[in-house]
Amino acid sequence: MSNENTSCLKGVGLTKIFGSGKKSVLAVDHVDFDFKNGEVISIVGESGSGKTTLSKMLLGLTSVTEGKIYFQGKERDISTRAKQKEYWKGIQAIFQDPFSSYNIFTKVDGVLLDCLKMRGKGNLPREEKYQLMKEACRFVNLEFDELTNKYPFELSGGQMQRLMIARVFLLKPQILLADEPTSMIDACSRSTILDMLMKLRDETNMTIIFITHDIGLAYYISDSVYIMEHGIFVEHGTSDDMLMHPKVPYTKRLISDVPKIYEAWDLDSITV
Amino acid sequence: MGMIKKVFHSPKFRLGFIIFAALLLFVFLYPLFDSGDPLEMIAVQSYLKPGTYVSQYDVAGSDGITLDVVASDKKLASHLPEADRNKMKTYLVDFVGLDANQVDTNNIPKLIEQWMDNYNPNNKAGLLVSAQRDYRNINKEVLAALDAGDIIIAINDPETGELIQNKTIHDQQYVQVSSVANRQVFPLGGDNFGRNVLRELVEATKTSLMIGLIAGIVATAIGLTLGLIAGYVGGTTDNIITFITNLFTVIPSFVILILISYSVGQEARGVLLVACIIGFTAWPWTCRSVRSQVISLRNRDHVNLMKLSGHGLLHILTTGILPYIASYVVMALILQIAQGILSEAQLSMLGLGAATSKTATLGLMMNWATLFSAVVNGSWWAYFPVVIVIALMSFSMNLMNTGLDQVFNPQLRD
Ligand SMILES: Nc1ncnc2c1ncn2[C@@H]1O[C@H](COP(=O)(O)OP(=O)(O)OP(=O)(O)O)[C@@H](O)[C@H]1O
Ligand SMILES: [Mg+2]
Repeated sequence: MSNENTSCLKGVGLTKIFGSGKKSVLAVDHVDFDFKNGEVISIVGESGSGKTTLSKMLLGLTSVTEGKIYFQGKERDISTRAKQKEYWKGIQAIFQDPFSSYNIFTKVDGVLLDCLKMRGKGNLPREEKYQLMKEACRFVNLEFDELTNKYPFELSGGQMQRLMIARVFLLKPQILLADEPTSMIDACSRSTILDMLMKLRDETNMTIIFITHDIGLAYYISDSVYIMEHGIFVEHGTSDDMLMHPKVPYTKRLISDVPKIYEAWDLDSITV
Repeated sequence: MGMIKKVFHSPKFRLGFIIFAALLLFVFLYPLFDSGDPLEMIAVQSYLKPGTYVSQYDVAGSDGITLDVVASDKKLASHLPEADRNKMKTYLVDFVGLDANQVDTNNIPKLIEQWMDNYNPNNKAGLLVSAQRDYRNINKEVLAALDAGDIIIAINDPETGELIQNKTIHDQQYVQVSSVANRQVFPLGGDNFGRNVLRELVEATKTSLMIGLIAGIVATAIGLTLGLIAGYVGGTTDNIITFITNLFTVIPSFVILILISYSVGQEARGVLLVACIIGFTAWPWTCRSVRSQVISLRNRDHVNLMKLSGHGLLHILTTGILPYIASYVVMALILQIAQGILSEAQLSMLGLGAATSKTATLGLMMNWATLFSAVVNGSWWAYFPVVIVIALMSFSMNLMNTGLDQVFNPQLRD
């Protein structure tokens, strides 16, 4: 790939403090990183370690207390709404909880239509738009005609997350930030979702930042792994390095916490 | 649809709704049966007692029919009130020496019979002069009560100026009430201006509801808009709006209400203006609660997703946030309407309400009743029904609100 190994998203001394005074919470503490184009990066940490907070900062959905973010080598500027919109053409997300990701008062197919508008395809003829949305749904094994006129509560968690992937498929951003996209759904849908994410990456060469608390999962899907503890990146490296030669006790504990199921099963069947 | 069904399952909401609907129905149907200007000053006298009034002129003029009944107890009783009858008993027992058990003040014909047999105006033994006079007066009343003399109606001869006997009415002659052409019904009596209180009350309830509605809508519109913006945008905008809200909260809204009302001036204060003034002072409460609801919503993922999908502030506020707080806003609106009605009543009681004699409001009716000392007079009909209507409206709307709260806030569901 042409842009392989160029910096895609870089953070310098990124810090987030919620609140002020005595009750303030230091959620992310001076983290530095440099994600390369085309990579799959995992950020691993326990609950409350600041993963979601970091991802919200990267997405520009919450303010940055301190530090700088560089997007494609240039310092990120989202000071105006137009610039924000431009930035969000480059970075998109799938959130942790599919059930709260949708506006419960609007029909789900509107989500896909919004994507077309965002890509400047809002004025295409109806039929063409329909074909594009249908294609996106087929990519994630959904039937678009079954989704039209449905409200979010009529979908299962797995279907909701797949629709989120269809959304990203339509938007084709350079970066996808997936915040524990499989933590709220059943094990069966989980592997389907992961399959689809990987397929998406293979087809579009998207950079995927995958957030998870499961270091085993991170090992199987990602090129490099960042370990996060109490808002700090305690170590990072290639996924092989991280799993085979962990240096920090926290990483070792994370590895020992991984359900033994991975060891009991034939590992190759899970790899994608 | 399901939501509406659920709302009506709440007994509190149902009760509140029934009371409110009954009130509305009455207010809008009553004028169909009793049309007439609600503010027409019919009576020359103030505080007419509730009842049906028939034209004395018409009664005298209409042809009677004869009913064979002796002068009724009622006629006797109207001449001899309880106090007089007790005095008669005292006389009969103390001075005549009848047994107290034989004298029954409730059996008027018997009492009169005993009196006629025993009363002697010349028997002054042991009686004070004032007592003698009392008994003489009572005797006169007794005679008048027994008097069954005919009433003669005479008309003036236009030529000679002499009185010509036209008609006599004897004491067994009756007139059917509905055959009297001119009748006035005052179910709740008359007020200080001689208006029909019930008609006025119906009109006032309508106007007060209108004021409550306008005030509620104004307050909710301002509070909702500012609350949405403050909560969603945050930062400096939030600080400024919160500062203004606090300013309005620190100074009791009633004081602001009085000040604005006063400064607007007596003549300019119409019903609409009063409603707007009330609405303008009532918004901070709505604003603050909407703001806190929005703050808890603005970081939700569905809002984040809308942002990531390129939607702007207005679209996110109207489709991503407003629907989530809609039920809450409806509840706030109901409370604001109820509060608006109460505020109008309070304001008018202080003489700072709508300055007009062209419309009646519940507050103005209360104000008039107080100014023209209905309470002191014992003219309960001029203020008590008004209080009841205010209480019922406030009660029913609060009930509906509690009912809605139970449906929308699952923690409260019992
Ligand atoms: N809006 C907020 N206000 C105050 N504190 C917050 C806020 N959001 C998160 N925090 C705090 O920041 C810390 C990190 O939270 P975060 O949601 O980023 O964790 P996480 O790693 O995503 O956890 P999980 O795996 O459970 O999703 C926590 O201590 C949390 O209490
Ligand atoms: Mg999280």
